[in-house]
Amino acid sequence: MNTLDLGTLGLREVNRKLNSLDPGANEREFRIENPMGGHAIACGLTLPLNVAIAGHVGFYCAGMNQQAEVTIHGHAGVGVGENMMSGTVLVKGNASQSAGATAHGGLLVIEGDASSRCGISMKGVDIVVGGSVGHMSAFMAQTGNLVICGDAGEALGDSIYEARLYVRGDIESLGADCVEKEMAPVHLDSLTELLQRAGNKTNPAEFRRFGSARTLYHFDIDHADAY
Amino acid sequence: MCGIVGLYLKNDALRPELGRLFRPMLEEMTSRGPDSAGVAIYRDPVAEGSTKYSLAHASGDHDWQALADDIASACAASARARPIDTHAVLISDADEAQVRARLAEHHPDVRLVGSGRSVEIFKETGLPKDVYSRFDLDRAEGSHMIGHTRMATESAVTTAGSHPFATGADLCLVHNGSLSNHNRLREELVRRGLSFQTENDSEVAAAYLTWKIRQGVSLTRALEDALDDLDGFFTFCVGTSEGFAVLRDPIACKHAVLAETDDWVAMATEYRAIATLPDAEQARIWEPRPSTVYSWGDTGLEVDALAGAHGAALENARSGTADNRQAVTRTPH
Amino acid sequence: MHTDDTPRTLPRHSATFDAYTTSEIRRAASTGLYEIRGAGAKRALPHFDDLLFLGASISRYPLEGYRERCGTEVTLGTRFASKPLELKIPITIAGMSFGSLSGQAKEALGRGANAAGTSTTTGDGGMTPEEREHSRLLVYQYLPSRYGMNPDDLRKADAIEIVVGQGAKPGGGGMLLGQKINARVAKMRSLPEGIDQRSACRHPDWTGPDDLEIKILELREITNWEKPVFIKIGGSRPYYDTALAVKSGADVIVLDGMQGGTAATQNVFIEHVGQPTLACIRPAVQALQELDMHRKVQLVVSGGIRNGADVAKALALGADAVSVGTAALIAMGDNDPRFEDEYRALGTTAGAYDAWHEGRDPAGITTQIPELASRLDPIAAGRRLTNYLKVMTLEAQTIARACGKNHVHNLEPEDLCALTVEAAAMARVPLAGTSWVPGT
Repeated sequence: MNTLDLGTLGLREVNRKLNSLDPGANEREFRIENPMGGHAIACGLTLPLNVAIAGHVGFYCAGMNQQAEVTIHGHAGVGVGENMMSGTVLVKGNASQSAGATAHGGLLVIEGDASSRCGISMKGVDIVVGGSVGHMSAFMAQTGNLVICGDAGEALGDSIYEARLYVRGDIESLGADCVEKEMAPVHLDSLTELLQRAGNKTNPAEFRRFGSARTLYHFDIDHADAY
Repeated sequence: MCGIVGLYLKNDALRPELGRLFRPMLEEMTSRGPDSAGVAIYRDPVAEGSTKYSLAHASGDHDWQALADDIASACAASARARPIDTHAVLISDADEAQVRARLAEHHPDVRLVGSGRSVEIFKETGLPKDVYSRFDLDRAEGSHMIGHTRMATESAVTTAGSHPFATGADLCLVHNGSLSNHNRLREELVRRGLSFQTENDSEVAAAYLTWKIRQGVSLTRALEDALDDLDGFFTFCVGTSEGFAVLRDPIACKHAVLAETDDWVAMATEYRAIATLPDAEQARIWEPRPSTVYSWGDTGLEVDALAGAHGAALENARSGTADNRQAVTRTPH
Repeated sequence: MHTDDTPRTLPRHSATFDAYTTSEIRRAASTGLYEIRGAGAKRALPHFDDLLFLGASISRYPLEGYRERCGTEVTLGTRFASKPLELKIPITIAGMSFGSLSGQAKEALGRGANAAGTSTTTGDGGMTPEEREHSRLLVYQYLPSRYGMNPDDLRKADAIEIVVGQGAKPGGGGMLLGQKINARVAKMRSLPEGIDQRSACRHPDWTGPDDLEIKILELREITNWEKPVFIKIGGSRPYYDTALAVKSGADVIVLDGMQGGTAATQNVFIEHVGQPTLACIRPAVQALQELDMHRKVQLVVSGGIRNGADVAKALALGADAVSVGTAALIAMGDNDPRFEDEYRALGTTAGAYDAWHEGRDPAGITTQIPELASRLDPIAAGRRLTNYLKVMTLEAQTIARACGKNHVHNLEPEDLCALTVEAAAMARVPLAGTSWVPGT
């Protein structure tokens, strides 16, 4: 286990250390101390490392993550795991807005609540939120899965493309072109697997599925209100 | 744009530390706002019948004693001034309207930055750490403070354009965001008798609240009305005699975070400004929801004005110290 | 009472309800759709043609061509990056997406820019391997949509261009209609094939220069602080935007006026939002000068740059370089009169063809249809682009030498005068024959 004290090393040195490892090296486990709400911590990782962050982080933690498993033992600021490509990002506390924004792959788990715009413009990532999400979540969500064990704020899935949303609690309102859809066995299986991967014990049978009505796929003046 | 911060001390034993605790909060926001900084500190309340005025002058060596003497004789009352850098705090038991009139007519080069019974407002151009030192705030004691670091968007970097902006007795505003209809609103407020020193959108928001409150509307109601009348992106922190209030616009793109322990309540644009406070790691941390007025203080807000026209629902505080915090959610149309 | 002998006044068209406007009203009434098209603002605007250079005279002496050097090189990104972009000429290729352009067109742009010693830029769709392979210097755009964005390509890029807006539509997002979203484009953008792409107009995870600063920090951390960060803005509030871009940490500012082209957006946006390029430059330069950042944060100007005179004038007003998009496409063959029959069949004519969103370009440039795209030979088109860039450079040098400058960057506003009051006011140079600069 390698401990990196962000307070003494500074952000550049911590990120440089994590990103200049020999791919063949044995050092895989890292612990970052004194994050103090700092930004861009452990962003741009490329190796299958195991990074634990001991405290609350600021914006863009684990941004563009590839292969690594990053665990935040605290809350995360704006854009945690934004544009992540693979690997796992786990937030033990709450996440701020735009969690998993535009992310292409991997798994983002938020054990607490996520704020507004969770999964905005998501492009293939799987996001599992143990609590609730704020307004405009899954806005323009293109593909991937968003699982919400709690409630969802206003305009869920506004302008959604092909992403799949699974919601257990109440939804304040659905966004443009987002509708409830049938939960077929294939969806239930997918949801079960997602919850399992996230280590979440919520019963899949308690969720409803939501997705695109596909009425905005070709511009029609009669749908102009939705734009 | 900006960084905004606020700190309210629930534990009286911490009051001597207010200035020391607040400095790192303001400094952490320097990169968001390198152009200028300002604070409003609530301390040393004066007796009923007296008023504190925060005044500023372009030069650092204005004859504040002469000003105090002039106010005293012109208003037939007592007046004394405590100078600090380019500012001074004037305390007088004269009638407030008389003092304002005298200042406007006979001391036009002096800016009236704020007034009330406990608030003192200091703001200048320059880096936050330097501004803080100039006003000797490290040793400041008091119950609560709000602050602002500025990156000017569409108006000039001047002292007058800095926040906090006073909006009434012991009321002031700091703002992170950018309004889009402030020019028309400014004209309308001018027609209703308010005056402006800058082209700044935040000054318009502050004047709007001033105007609303002058009409007898509660602060909470004024903030609710702001959701209808102001267009653009904003996170507001309003300093009050009792504590501070926070409001985010419905789209809520400008980040804000709140934190609370048994000893204090804090708000900031970014968590790292709060991270320096004692026991921050263990604090309850959450984000203010859009279109919702949050406030802290010794007494609650008036709640009666909320029901009716706006259809606002009174929402019980989420888990936390419910006795001195009330949140009101505005139902969007 | 009228008889055949009674004189009649001539039939009179309305200047307000002219032929173009009335045809557009009829079209809107018929289709219920707003008009979407490509290219930039087409109406007449104050532009560089309204400025003239004051060549050498008795008080100023020219440089000889050829032997007396007139430098054209420029370095972009000197402020923070460890590897700034070194360009041989002060003309770059503007961002245009694979998706709006064919793969062959992107390859041609890369080849052409390379041979001229300058850079190309990706567009709203991500980086293709061909474009990375064929461009020695490639600027990678970071847009609100984040289509195709990934750290591997970010690290392969030579610079990162954060797009806040573009001249054709400041405040608007990208647009690509279903007919151009073929399998390859769809895959790159993570969209279903054949559907209309809706694009966001704001970035998903930051709003405002204060948050942009943090985003730039993240991008620098991911790329080891090596690459210059550009910020591209549409010409709207250039003075404030430039100051804020500097305060957010930009290495380079790319300023795109309303003549700047787009692949597709609403015509009303193109013609009625944003300022002419000529009006944007001096305010941006003023902001840089006030922050003591002129020449330290470089300014690249685009939007209707057409020839060496435009290049020289933009530099004289304070730009460090210019960028071409529409002109580059024309150099490669867009709107060539030899396809006139095909333009007529499309309901238009050479020089006016702008329905790029339909993707049926006879020149094979703004299309994904294989039979059309294959008409463009990337090597030949690349050579044409290089020729054009070299001619522009020679023209700018000719003008600079005539003004006595040993480097094109030494051109200054005092080398100019204006033909119209508008141009004089916008460029802040005197009206010809006077010492009057309106507005100052």
